[in-house]
Amino acid sequence: MNEIGLTHILFVSTMLFFIGVYGFLTRKNMITMLMAVELILNSVNINFIAFNKYLYGDKLDGLFFTIFIITIAAAEAAVAIAIIINLYRNLKSIDVDDADIMKF
Amino acid sequence: MNSEFLILMKQEMGVTLILFILLFLKIWDGIKENGILLHLINVLLLLNFLLGFVLNQNGELFNGMFATNSLRVMEKSVLNLGTLIISLQAYDYLKSHKHLLEFFMLLLSTLLGMFFMISSNNLLMFYLGIELSSIPLAAMANFDMDKIKSSEAAVKMILSSAFASALMLFGISFLYGTSGTLNFQELVSLITGSPLQVFALLLVFSGFAFKLSAVPFHLWTADVYEGAPVAVTSYLSVISKAAIVFVTLSSLAPLFSHLNEMWYHLLFVTIILTITLGNIFAIRQDNIKRFLAFSSISQVGFILLGISSGTATGATSAIYFLVVYIFSNLGAFGVIALLSSQTGKENISDLKGFYQTNPLMGWVLAISLFSLGGIPPTAGFFGKMFLVTAGAAKGNYVLITIAALNMVISLYYYLRVVKAIFMDKNETPVEPLRGSLSLRLALLICMIGVVGTGFAGGFFEHIYQLAAK
Repeated sequence: MNEIGLTHILFVSTMLFFIGVYGFLTRKNMITMLMAVELILNSVNINFIAFNKYLYGDKLDGLFFTIFIITIAAAEAAVAIAIIINLYRNLKSIDVDDADIMKF
Repeated sequence: MNSEFLILMKQEMGVTLILFILLFLKIWDGIKENGILLHLINVLLLLNFLLGFVLNQNGELFNGMFATNSLRVMEKSVLNLGTLIISLQAYDYLKSHKHLLEFFMLLLSTLLGMFFMISSNNLLMFYLGIELSSIPLAAMANFDMDKIKSSEAAVKMILSSAFASALMLFGISFLYGTSGTLNFQELVSLITGSPLQVFALLLVFSGFAFKLSAVPFHLWTADVYEGAPVAVTSYLSVISKAAIVFVTLSSLAPLFSHLNEMWYHLLFVTIILTITLGNIFAIRQDNIKRFLAFSSISQVGFILLGISSGTATGATSAIYFLVVYIFSNLGAFGVIALLSSQTGKENISDLKGFYQTNPLMGWVLAISLFSLGGIPPTAGFFGKMFLVTAGAAKGNYVLITIAALNMVISLYYYLRVVKAIFMDKNETPVEPLRGSLSLRLALLICMIGVVGTGFAGGFFEHIYQLAAK
């Protein structure tokens, strides 16, 4: 068995990134779209950790960045869900297709 | 060390202090009168604006994470002045609002984020600034909580801005992976154009284009502008856009200076699409907030034209244009805020015969639109002229021709509104509007700015000296 190298991990993170982008662009449910964004953010986290461990082991920049991304993602999700709940109270739906009062 | 720390971060400290004062006022609950609170906040903002003129010093803090110089201090002062004008204009909207303090807490948090973003010298600091300046904005877009339009605007904004910053972060992670550092100065020499870095440039640029609402990443703009309360719309279209342009000038463009060709081609395509599509969509709008949204998209195209030249002149003309743009756009938004808060009307067709009943407001709106369109006695003309001249220095005449043609198209739709105000007959024009003293003061500042910045030639020179350093 070969040892797991940087490329393997980058492959996983890139796949996660594109799953996230695909999910964001195709899903109709707002919560699912938010989850897709979280997938992208997690792929970024994996990237940072992998680069830090394999290439720049003597510095901690990547690790710090990851911690900040996790924190901010939580804040973002909190605000986004609050807004979605508020929209649900008015619209009785969290489907993006129903939020189409304003167009073009 | 301690006093240096305070001096370098004076404006950030000022905003933080105001935030704390607001928090204490919220807990104390002693001032029941909204009007007094608003005046207090305006005075505090004015003091913070004046702080930008004293004790200027260049330097770095936190191991080079935070850097400041006279240009950045000036940019922050401009944003501060814009926020002050918006807060003056919002007087009528917020006078009877029960969440007045929350509004200003969110507003000032985003302002603080923009200050940190402008002063960032490190990708981490930059990311924190950009998120601090965009997450509370979405909450502010939802400030009319019982209106569906407002919630819809906020959902569209938070989802697209989260997606944009996620894309940008993916790019940043590759920049880190290929260079091993997050510091801007160290990065510049390490970005040499390897495929991963080109991919990173694309991702970071699309993140920026989202926040700038450049085509093809502009789709959220019009909906958010229409749905959000007028005060938030004017903040979004002026302050947050100006902050991103300032960062593009001071960080992003120098960062990719080794990928010059690629950067220019990206800008070339974006500029043409942004100016043209912004104009074409602006022609067919009737809601005046949507109309200003699309016109602001096309203005961004002109700003990018100045940036694309890559010289100090280009940077200067972009900053100069933004200052003019802040005054003229806020002049227009001030009148719309008054119209919307007193009559609830927001359509261009409602403006027919506006001059018969509101001659003064009609003139203010007309002068602002003249400035946005770039008609000579106003400063907007000089702003556009400097931008196009700076862009022409590259010698790409296709770009300049398209920009010039689009200026003519933009005149058509700006003058269409002016025609509605002055010439169209209307049996039932809007009743005479009674603006508060703060609103009229804000409009006066805007009008002085629109006319004054054009004639005060030393101003351009002053920015040039700061930018050329």
